[in-house]
Formats: sequence, structure tokens, C-alpha cells
Amino acid sequence: MTSIISVEKLSKTYASGFEALRDINLEIRKGEIFALLGPNGAGKTTLISIICGIVNASAGKVTVAGRDIKADYRAVRSMIGLVPQELATDMFETVLATVTFSRGLFGRPKDSALIERILRQLSLWDKRDSKIVTLSGGMKRRLLIAKALAHEPDILFLDEPTAGVDVELRKDMWEIVRSMRESGVTIILTTHYIEEAEEMADRVGVIAKGEIILVEEKAELMRKLGRKQLVLQLQDKLSEIPPSLHMHNLQLIGDGEELVFHYDTRAERTGITALLNDMRTAGMTFKDLRTTQSSLEDIFVDLVRQAR
Amino acid sequence: MNIHAVRAIYGFEMSRWGRTLLQSIVSPVLSTSLYFVVFGAAIGSRIAEIDGVSYGAFIVPGLIMLTLLTESTSNASFGIYFPRFTGTIYELLSAPVSPIEIVMGYVGAAATKSIILGLIILATASLFVPLRIDHPVWMVTFLVLTALTFSLFGFIIGVWADGFEKLQVVPLLVITPLVFLGGTFYSLNMLPPFWQTVTLFNPLVYLINGFRWSFYGVSDVNIGLSLAMTLAFLVLCMAVIWYIFRSGYRLKA
Ligand SMILES: Nc1ncnc2c1ncn2[C@@H]1O[C@H](COP(=O)(O)OP(=O)(O)O)[C@@H](O)[C@H]1O
Ligand SMILES: [Mg+2]
Repeated sequence: MTSIISVEKLSKTYASGFEALRDINLEIRKGEIFALLGPNGAGKTTLISIICGIVNASAGKVTVAGRDIKADYRAVRSMIGLVPQELATDMFETVLATVTFSRGLFGRPKDSALIERILRQLSLWDKRDSKIVTLSGGMKRRLLIAKALAHEPDILFLDEPTAGVDVELRKDMWEIVRSMRESGVTIILTTHYIEEAEEMADRVGVIAKGEIILVEEKAELMRKLGRKQLVLQLQDKLSEIPPSLHMHNLQLIGDGEELVFHYDTRAERTGITALLNDMRTAGMTFKDLRTTQSSLEDIFVDLVRQAR
Repeated sequence: MNIHAVRAIYGFEMSRWGRTLLQSIVSPVLSTSLYFVVFGAAIGSRIAEIDGVSYGAFIVPGLIMLTLLTESTSNASFGIYFPRFTGTIYELLSAPVSPIEIVMGYVGAAATKSIILGLIILATASLFVPLRIDHPVWMVTFLVLTALTFSLFGFIIGVWADGFEKLQVVPLLVITPLVFLGGTFYSLNMLPPFWQTVTLFNPLVYLINGFRWSFYGVSDVNIGLSLAMTLAFLVLCMAVIWYIFRSGYRLKA
């Protein structure tokens, strides 16, 4: 797949002296949904803001479709739409006027049919003559998406699109993002919800304390870093783990009815065979077994802990 | 040139004005009319002609300047400060627009508004006092140049300000006093020599006199100097704005 955004050795130190980004290298592929995942203050908004031209970088280079974001800012910015984290709007404008304004600002001629299509897609057409101040939070967020899409960008940045949004609306948002991708738009979203990255993304970049810790296909990330648990349902209850099994990473749960074995799918040996052998020697039998996989959340917590 | 963007910004600013049209027009027209009534009709009738111009007519150019200067400054400063305040500036900064286009949109709209107001006040004044315009082309030139220059100045104030108070302070505490002390209500010849010299350091003296000259052909200062001062301030404002965009001052982190 071809790369559409390329970030090289990007750093940002704010005027306050705070180093928000350190030596960021990143490639975004054309047509993908890329999730930038990291805790609050990790530098997600800063990174997006630099690519979109809102914040100046301290060092490094960003190209979009092979063009430098500074030297060739007109071409680059025409390709990009940004939905910011904060719901900043012109309260007393109407929905239709503000979306029409955005299209003009990005250098495109009037196209009422297109604006109507976008507003309908985002369920805002009925609200077109309403003042923005009368819209709910969810509608405002969709309005900002409509504004960002008004000039038909190839790349859409969504900064925390579902922060503070309830579950129902979050699902709607995911639908909207998916349908956008269907239409060929490359999407970069930031989130601190793991489930969101897990649900939406093709690839995930984990950022913490201004550094990209890893970038991975989501499935690959799950497979590579996934810890699994083997849960054994015991024939006979145990009050404690027998000493002969202490060498295994075990945990007794559910009133001593279940034994949980933690293992790493990346390891050369998972240790399952050895465990089962030792259990047989100890004369223990089990009724049933199952495995569970750790969520991206667990992976994330591990990674961020390692980065500290 | 992203002409669509200039048009979008200009249209946005004009429609913002349109929403509050009545109060935007009524308050400057009303306050200027009060000046005409009080100074022109009531007091003016007891003051002798200045340079062969009746007192009521003499103060008209200065009063139009007062509106032009304060309205240009506050309109343009508010125009760019407001998106900074609400956060909608993100869209402007991420758009494919050059600094020149941004300035054309905001400053163009602010200047348009104050020129319209200036003309309305001119029309209002003609109801109260007998007016005469000797040099209409120069009158329009001074009107447009002043509106543009002070809209640029206002743009700078709007970028510099970090609160609404600062937006108010400059028109109120800087421009209004300088207009009043700049010979709006008197000819410099009426001052003692020392104060005449001090007044020559007030840049607005040159604007007001240039503008008044275009009406009645009389001026306390050289007209070439008036024009040169106006242009110098225009260039200065443009240079500051150029610096603002180059450095990202208060616009970009
Ligand atoms: N204008 C600024 N000046 C100084 N520090 C800033 C500024 N903007 C953000 N920061 C700091 O940079 C860090 C990263 O912020 P941000 O990019 O907003 O993180 P995220 O979006 O991942 O929550 C934070 O610690 C924040 O306090
Ligand atoms: Mg953020």
C-alpha cells in the first residue's frame, strides 16, 4: 500500500519549554483507518495540529502525498479535513451557512447539492436553518465533521471523536467513520479508548509521553503482544495451589474451582504442556478448559508501563 | 489566489455585521448627531467661522474621522479576536489560505463597514450643516486609506489582545483622545505655540487635516505630509502583520 502521510524525525517543544513530541516517525497508508492511541497529554493533538498547520514543529519534516506541508501548504491543506477535539463553533451561525463557509474557505466553488448530501449523511439536513447554539453536543460533533468534509478532503483527522459521547452515539460515530472510509477517505483518529481503536482501526500507533512506542496492524498487535489465559475448571475444589505447581504462573479463582494460567503467545514455549504434565503427576483432573485473550487495553497498559 | 476563501471570510464578517446592523449603525450615527446638535448648532452658533468655514461644518470631517478610526479598529480587532476566543481559528489556520488572503477578508470587511458608516454620517451631517466638498476624489482617497489603515491596525490589536478589555481599551483610551486632541474641534492656530508643536506629534492631526482639506481646501498642515503620514502608517501596519504571520505570533503555538 502506498503511504499518504510521512512524518520524519518530528519534534515539538512548546514555548513553555515542554517537550510534547520527541523524534516522531510515522507513515500513514492511503485508505486506511489509523488509530493514534495514547493517554491524555501524550501528544496526540499536538501531532495532528502540526500536520494540519495549526502548530509549528520545532524540528522534522512532514509530507502529504509527497508534498511538504510548509512549502506546499495550499495543495496539502486542500487534501485535509480536521475535526478538532474541542467543539469550537460560531454559535450564532446556521448549520448550512457554516458548512458552506468551510467549503469556500478551503478554496472550493459553491456546490449546494454536495453540501446537502453531506448534511443528510450526517443527519443534519433537518437542522440546516438552525443556529448552532441550539444543537446538542452530538449534533455539534457531526456538524464539525460536515465542515471538515465540505471540501471533499482525501484525508480526515478526527481528534477524539467520541470523547464524552455516550455509547449509542459512539456507535453512530463508528458507522459514520466506516462509511467515510468506504468512500476512499484516509482516516486518522486519536483516542484514549482502547475499544475504539480495537473496533475501528486497521492499524494502531501507540503514543505516550511524546513518543511513538509502536505501530502495528491491529490484528498483528493483538497476536504479537496478546497475553492469553488458560482457564481450567477443576474436578475437585482446591483451597490453595499445591507446592508442586508453584513454578507455574497460576491463580486460583471462583472459590477454588478454577485455575488460571497466564501465558505469552510470543514465547517460544507457552508452558502449557509442562503445566498439564505437572498437574497429572499431582493427580489433578479438570472438567473443562477455555482460553481468553487480553484486550488491547491490557496490552496498552503494559506498553505504557514499559515506556515509563 | 484562493478567491473563494477571501469571499467566504468577507461574506462571513459582513453577515455577522448584518445580524446586528441596527445597533451597528444607530449608535455611531446617534452619537455623532449629538455632536452636531451640541457643538454645531448650540455652541457653534456663538463661535466665529474658522478659515471661512462655519464651525458646524468645520467639525464634520473630524467627526467622520472619529467614527472611521474607532469603527475600523474595533471591527477588525473583534473580527480576528473572536475566532481566537471561541477556538474556531483552527479552521482558518488549517485552511489553504495565505496571510494576504486572510487579511484581505477580515480587513476588507472591516474597512467596508466603516466606510459605509462614514458615508452615513456624512449624509446625516448634511442634514444639520451646509457641507461642501472641494476635492471629492481626495475625500474618497482619504476615506478609503484611513479605513484600510486602521482596519489593519485593528487586526493587529485583535491578534495581540488576550482579553475583551484590551479590544475596548485601544479605541477608547488611544484613538478617541488623539482624535479630540488632533484638531477635530479647533484649528491648530487657536492653540498657544508650545501646544501647536506638541500636537504635531499626534499622527491623527495629519489625517484629520488632510480629510478636512478635501472638504474645504483649508489645512493646518501640508497635504503632502498628511498623505505621507497616512501611507507611512499603512506600511507600518502591513509590516507588523507580515511579522505576525511569519512568526506565528499569538496565532500558532
Ligand atoms: N500551547 C501549549 N503550550 C505548552 N504546553 C502545551 C501546549 N499545548 C499542549 N501542551 C502540552 O503538551 C502535552 C501534549 O498535549 P496534547 O498534544 O494536547 O496531548 P493529547 O492530545 O495526547 O492529550 C500536554 O502535556 C500538554 O499540557
Ligand atoms: Mg488531545
